[in-house]
Amino acid sequence: MNEPDTLGAGLAHSGVSRRSFLKFCTVMASLMALPPGAAQAMAAALSQAKRQSVIWLSFQECTGCVESLTRSFDPTLEQMIFEMISLDYQETLQAAAGEAAESARDEAMKSSYGKYLLIVDGSIPTKDGGVYSTVAGVSNHDRLIDAARGAAAIVAVGTCSSYGGIPHANPNPTGAVSVSDIIKDKPIMNVPGCPPIPSVIAGTLAYFVTYGKLPELDHIGRPKVFYADTIHDRCYRRPFYDQGKFAKTFDDEGARNGWCLYELGCKGPTTYNACATIKWNGGVSYPIESGHGCLGCSEPNFWDKGSFYRPLSTPLADNAHIIAAGTLGGIAAGAVAAGLSRKHQTHIGEEK
Amino acid sequence: MNNLTHINVKVINPLPFQPAGLSGNADAILHEILALLEAFISTGQNGAIDLHSLPLTAADLELLRATLGDGEVSARIHVIGNTEVRETTYPGVWWLTYYSDEGNVVADLLEVTTVPEILKAPAEDVREGLVRLGDLLGATG
Ligand code: SF4
Ligand code: SF4
Repeated sequence: MNEPDTLGAGLAHSGVSRRSFLKFCTVMASLMALPPGAAQAMAAALSQAKRQSVIWLSFQECTGCVESLTRSFDPTLEQMIFEMISLDYQETLQAAAGEAAESARDEAMKSSYGKYLLIVDGSIPTKDGGVYSTVAGVSNHDRLIDAARGAAAIVAVGTCSSYGGIPHANPNPTGAVSVSDIIKDKPIMNVPGCPPIPSVIAGTLAYFVTYGKLPELDHIGRPKVFYADTIHDRCYRRPFYDQGKFAKTFDDEGARNGWCLYELGCKGPTTYNACATIKWNGGVSYPIESGHGCLGCSEPNFWDKGSFYRPLSTPLADNAHIIAAGTLGGIAAGAVAAGLSRKHQTHIGEEK
Repeated sequence: MNNLTHINVKVINPLPFQPAGLSGNADAILHEILALLEAFISTGQNGAIDLHSLPLTAADLELLRATLGDGEVSARIHVIGNTEVRETTYPGVWWLTYYSDEGNVVADLLEVTTVPEILKAPAEDVREGLVRLGDLLGATG
């Protein structure tokens, strides 16, 4: 393909104005709680950047993660991420098939060796020699090892590639494992969720294209810019939790008054994800706003933690400071809150 | 339907803030603007406050809006949904609200600067406009 190779030129080529690009960067910087001025730096860096070569491999998955990113409303800011990358292989989205597709991938892997970003959705079956999922006669396991070799970094999109997900659930008939169970010598970022929020996928990819490296990760490989708080930390029902007002059934007085869903099995307190702030369906709402507790879909083994409707028994994560900022009142509390919004900030000025 | 307000449910604002729903954060933000304005005047340093991740109640936002008011300039930018740019009654203090194509707020910022960056015509776009206009006149003239 003969496409202009800086991103700025590419954007102009496909009719994306610089203002819409700046808007994209503003929204992404805001979602990642980067300092407000970062958007401009990001836009400037990106417009000079080359389109990032991306190879996207789909293994044992339901395609929900790809759907999440591509089938949200149209046109969306999230989809602008496709202007920033050169998607050299993606089975669901590419026009080519068969030999042509396979050789396009091999060609991209060779010409961008050491530089391409490898995205994986789906878990990898390892039982019986990996026969449970193969493409063109090659097992997912072997394909992953082959593609990982020349990757600058790997992004595991969705809970399946991050932690095994639903294929990994008891009794795990295919011996499904995560990317990080197999690959040990590459930087790997997990972007879990079943599926992940589209802006979270787009934001983490934009970060990589901008800075040429992965953002800071937590202890299980998730980017802290999106996964530093639990659903419970940011839940609008939290004041009811703190007051001990719980819905006991889905149709009682408490449920109708929008009380906390903890006793109906909400996994918000132990689930790190951005649903409560970024929300779903273009910012419309998130599950708790529809009256159902969080399932904990961005956590390892979420399917095997007992019933979705049994209350959590684990002690709550200590994140009381967040709501405290809202309830103390006064300027001092405001300063705490203002500080909070910056707590995920990386030193963006130094990363140019 | 793209908005929860279209669904007919009883919604009680659960935030037990005192008094009248104020959390104190609006006040903190106003003081931060003061500091940003001072910095802007003395050093020329632009400033911004991202309202997105601050826990603000409806009353907080109302207080901010009422205090800052509407100034002389307001503009709309039509790129992937609307963006509203409004100068407040305090010159150099701008309120920028970015909407998605479906009309949801996707970013909300206060900026302290002469003119917000997104209002300015980007140099590359100006150059491309020149080419287009030149082509048009060349073709017709
Ligand atoms: S337990 Fe669930 S519903 Fe209750 S405050 Fe926490 S996240 Fe919200
Ligand atoms: S609310 Fe919980 S279960 Fe629902 S999408 Fe978010 S993290 Fe997953």
